[in-house]
Amino acid sequence: MKAKHQRLVLAAVALCGVAGAGVLAASALRDEAAYFRTPAEVVAGKTTVGEPMRLGGMVASGSIRRQADGLTIDFVATDGKASIPVRFKGIVPDLFAENSGMVADGRMRADGVFVADRILAKHDERYMPPQMGDMPKNMKVPATT
Amino acid sequence: MHAYANPTRFLAIAKPLTPWLLGVGLLLVLGGAFAGLTMVPGEAKQGETARILYVHVPSAWLGMGGWTSLAVAGLVQLVWRHPLSGIAARAIAVPGMLFTALCLATGSIWGKPTWGTWWEWDGRMTSMLVLLFLYAGFIALTNGDANGAGGQRQGGSLSRGAAIYALVGAINIPIINRSVVWWNSLHQGPSITLGGSSIDKTLLWPLGLTVLGFSLLFGAIVLMRMRRIIADNRVAARLRRLADDEGN
Repeated sequence: MKAKHQRLVLAAVALCGVAGAGVLAASALRDEAAYFRTPAEVVAGKTTVGEPMRLGGMVASGSIRRQADGLTIDFVATDGKASIPVRFKGIVPDLFAENSGMVADGRMRADGVFVADRILAKHDERYMPPQMGDMPKNMKVPATT
Repeated sequence: MHAYANPTRFLAIAKPLTPWLLGVGLLLVLGGAFAGLTMVPGEAKQGETARILYVHVPSAWLGMGGWTSLAVAGLVQLVWRHPLSGIAARAIAVPGMLFTALCLATGSIWGKPTWGTWWEWDGRMTSMLVLLFLYAGFIALTNGDANGAGGQRQGGSLSRGAAIYALVGAINIPIINRSVVWWNSLHQGPSITLGGSSIDKTLLWPLGLTVLGFSLLFGAIVLMRMRRIIADNRVAARLRRLADDEGN
C-alpha cells in the first residue's frame, strides 16, 4: 500500500467517525435543540405548569379575540393535532395573523391557558406574489387588528 | 487533475479567467439586484422586506459552499499533497467568512420586521453563527504561515492541523442544511428543494441571476487571492535564495 493510499484510508475512516459523531450528537439534541414546543407536545405532558417555555404553532382560523383594554388578545395555537388557548398583552408583529405561524414566549397556567410575554411571527417557506393585484394595497394582509 | 496542480499551469488559466468571472459576475449581480428591487412585485405577506432574499440566499449558499470547498481542499492537501490545495483553502476562507457574515446580517435585518426580533437562538441561526466562528478559527490558524519567510509552511500548504480542522468543521454544513428540518425552528423550512420551489416563479428568477452572479464573483475573488498567495511565495523564495547567496 502506497503512503498516499494509506492517508486516503485514514482520512476516510476519520471522516466517517466524525460524521457518525455528528449524527449522534444531532439526534441526542433532537429535543433539547428545538426552538419551541408544539401544542401536541404540551398536551402530551412534556411541560410543567409555570415553567418558562416557548410554544409554537399556527394561529387557528377565526380564533383571535381582542379584549376591551385594546392591548390584550386571546387566540388558539394549534398544530393540527392539539390546540392551546393563548393570552398575550402587548404588540404583535405585523405578520401575526390567523392561519399563520407564531412562536410565543411564556408559561402554562394551571387552567391550561398559555400566558405569553412575547410573540414572534413565523414565516413559512412559501413566497408568493400579491394575489389580489387589483385590490387596494391595504387589502393584501388579512385584517387582524 | 494533476496537471492543474502545477502553479505555473494554474496561473496560465487563472489569469485570463479572472476578469471574465469578475465582469460576468458583476453584471449578473447588478442585473439580478435591479430585477429583484424593481421588476418583481413585493411578496404577498411580507411586502417589500422579502426582497432581501436576493442577497441573503446567495450569501448563505456561498458561506456553506465556501466551507465545503475549503474542506475538499483540506482533504486533497492531506491525502495527495497537491501544492495548490492549501493555497485554495487559504484563498477561500476570507470570502467564505465574508458571505457568512453577510448572510447573518441580512437575515437579522429581515428578521426584525418579519419575526419581530433581530436574533433568536434557533437551530439555523446558531449553526450559521458557528460557521462564522469556524471561518475565523481557520483564518487565525493559517494566517501568517503561508510563505516560507516568516512562517513554517512552504509554498502555501496547510499544516496538518489546519487541514484536519477544515475537514472536521465540514460536519457543520449538513447540520446547517438540516437544522430547520430536524428541529422546530423560527427560521422557515427550505424553500427550494429537489422537488421544486415554494418561491413563486414570478419572484424566483432574479434569485437565479444573483446566485450565479455572486458565485462567479466568489470564484474571481478566490482566483485573485490564490494568485496573490503564489506571488507572495515566489517573492519569499527569491528572498531566501538571495539571503543564502549572500551568506556564502
